[in-house]
Amino acid sequence: MARITASVYTSHVPAIGAAIDLGKAHEPYWQPLFAGYEPSKQWLKDNKPDVIFLVYNDHATAFSLELIPTFAIGCAAEFKPADEGWGPRPVPVVQGHPELAAHITQSVIQDDFDLTIVNKMDVDHGLTVPLSLMCGQPEAWPCPVIPFAVNVVQYPVPSGKRCFQIGQAIRKAVESFDADLNVQIWGTGGMTHQLQGPRAGLINRDWDNAWLDKLIDDPAAAAATPHIDYVREAGSEGIELVMWLIARGAMADVNGGPKPTVRHRFYHVPASNTAVGHLILENN
Amino acid sequence: MALDKPYTDIPGTTIFDAEQSRKGYHLNQFCMSLMKAENRERFKADERAYLDEWPMTEEQKQGVLTRDLNRCIAAGGNIYFLAKIGATDGKSFQYMAATMTGMTQEEYMAMMLAGGRSIEGNRYLGENGDAQPQNQPQGQARKLKDH
Repeated sequence: MARITASVYTSHVPAIGAAIDLGKAHEPYWQPLFAGYEPSKQWLKDNKPDVIFLVYNDHATAFSLELIPTFAIGCAAEFKPADEGWGPRPVPVVQGHPELAAHITQSVIQDDFDLTIVNKMDVDHGLTVPLSLMCGQPEAWPCPVIPFAVNVVQYPVPSGKRCFQIGQAIRKAVESFDADLNVQIWGTGGMTHQLQGPRAGLINRDWDNAWLDKLIDDPAAAAATPHIDYVREAGSEGIELVMWLIARGAMADVNGGPKPTVRHRFYHVPASNTAVGHLILENN
Repeated sequence: MALDKPYTDIPGTTIFDAEQSRKGYHLNQFCMSLMKAENRERFKADERAYLDEWPMTEEQKQGVLTRDLNRCIAAGGNIYFLAKIGATDGKSFQYMAATMTGMTQEEYMAMMLAGGRSIEGNRYLGENGDAQPQNQPQGQARKLKDH
């Protein structure tokens, strides 16, 4: 039987990808950020999953305004890194896991979450930057990845409560898959940032850290955070944090199991325009 | 009955909701077209002619031609789409963010290194933080304006 063993949470700032790709990771500006991910890279080597279920958002790359799915699951055999206007990132093609993705799709839709099914899609920095942060620059990513894209570009985005519930449905779906797979679920995006208007550059360190505490200790309370709190306190793009609740909702304690262990916690300002937050939670 | 939009009282912030998306559809789809190298070349060769191929409002076209991203956002633009104009110009996202504040990129970068823009005074319209309408533009543009 497949099981979710851990969840990883991280920002997915595009400039981080550019810093890695252009060999700038050791520059003084970037060094403290990448130092915060060194323990995570080792942890991933020591705890290599069979599949990563990666929750992220597309940034006007695969989805224009022609089509805006709220929740879209990638069921393809592979996903190419997208050209976002600066050329595709020089990173490996992402291998999917069509069997598990199809199984999750069927289970989650039958649990009343109406997913959009995507059989062809390029993936942008929202998906590849977390892989780079956790894996460095390998020839191939360590395992197959199921992309799960959430609309956080056009308001209203799904509520935190809805994301938390869909995480629970995903956990149930994974646990009903017959093959013995070690699955990690990653939630990406955030933390506080605003990329637009005269308030661009907003960072709210206190709010971020209080929200991280809540996500760890009382995830249902974090899931109850209303949209307006993210927008006002964490910036118009900080609302990406709802995606972390999908990963958190898939953890065992939400379903009556034991509390997870906090394996790593890191926070850094700035990466370009953004506050970077990172957590690793292991199921017990 | 009008929908509840509790996010209209945040200073310096335009939420890209369904109404903004409707207004900005062609502007944003124009931006999307810049994902293709051949379109970038055609746009750069004659910006006005390329824009005239799109059913955009004159206000939206002027916003693009003057690279006034705040004006584009007011006309329905979304920053992730507008960023493709910056990519076409060879500019970084941080450069684009700075232009919306009035700061130079250097000033903006220094603000970020110092911990970013403070939330204090910038939660609600009517306060006096640096993102409030009465305090625009910021940075170098303000110094030039005051002179």
